[in-house]
Amino acid sequence: MSDASINASQVTAPAHADEASFGDYFALLKPRVMSLVVFTALVGLLAAPVSVHPFVGFCAILFIAIGGGASGALNMWWDADIDRVMKRTKGRPIPAGKVQEGEALSLGLALSGLSVIMLGLATNWFAGAFLAFTIFFYVVVYTMWLKRSTPQNIVIGGAAGAFPPVIGWVAATGTMSIEPWLMFALTFMWTPPHFWALALFMRSDYDDAGVPMLTVTHGRRATRWHILVYTALLATLAVGTAFSGIGGPIYLTVAVVMNALFLRGAWQISRRTEEDSEADNFKVERSFFKLSLLYLFLHFGAILVEALLKPYGLGGWS
Amino acid sequence: MSLRKSHELHERRFSRNLGVGLTLAAFIVIIFGLTIVKVSGTNFNMAPQEVQN
Repeated sequence: MSDASINASQVTAPAHADEASFGDYFALLKPRVMSLVVFTALVGLLAAPVSVHPFVGFCAILFIAIGGGASGALNMWWDADIDRVMKRTKGRPIPAGKVQEGEALSLGLALSGLSVIMLGLATNWFAGAFLAFTIFFYVVVYTMWLKRSTPQNIVIGGAAGAFPPVIGWVAATGTMSIEPWLMFALTFMWTPPHFWALALFMRSDYDDAGVPMLTVTHGRRATRWHILVYTALLATLAVGTAFSGIGGPIYLTVAVVMNALFLRGAWQISRRTEEDSEADNFKVERSFFKLSLLYLFLHFGAILVEALLKPYGLGGWS
Repeated sequence: MSLRKSHELHERRFSRNLGVGLTLAAFIVIIFGLTIVKVSGTNFNMAPQEVQN
């Protein structure tokens, strides 16, 4: 081995340690968010009153998930500067130095194009166009525009995360009706209390990054009241959905129980002071956040069960 | 000249290359499967000139 090769290996060794693995590129697609997209889109597709070939259905969900992942990569590209500041996001591939910003941009753009075209070819172009709009909304309207400019960022930006069941429905039917929009509204109204609870106990993160979350701009007391008001509106909508075409007795039971628990949690949060929360390390806020994950899963799960029972004459109100 | 590993880069990036390879293979399977489903579907019609031939 020559001196030159020794020197070369010494120089390049640290760079190898930071080299991205396949998993780092996959992490750019925000797999946890993608799992929510997959589940809600699947419910939208299966709740639709038409049958879809299983393989086409599988492809539709896959391409919707890839589209969601692509928008996640574009979000990480744009938000790399604030991701480096926030504790919660420091470990992401770009702040960790594993992936370059340009790579995330390229991957996001390539997967966006691929997912839209493939969804259009696999199902219909209405669904493809809807997926394209969703990616645009999440990346441009939410990430680039609203997130850093208004405390309503989570409220309006939540729409992007609420579109997948509508895309799933359109992929199956090629048309639009009121039911997928009820599923949209459910996720849309659920997003603010979910994220505001997170913002309450991840207190310094958004402050440090300068993101105008409601906790930063209007204060923590106002955020607690916002959570209660949005939860009350959500509960009305969620229980009301039981009497639509996608509802039924199973959904109604789930909705009544879960919304009672959710309202109770929101009420407790609204009554607590900062001293109360700090005394028990935000126990109530943390459990409300965990409950919110179960809340959405069970509501969509109930819609799915109602849809799957319909062929046997059991689902819905008929 | 035989085809063999010529650089440690190949070993270092094996898992990444394997991941890309498997992803591309899965994509080919999906395209093939979709083609079969679409062609076998009831609403698939050949272009008129192809039917005449």
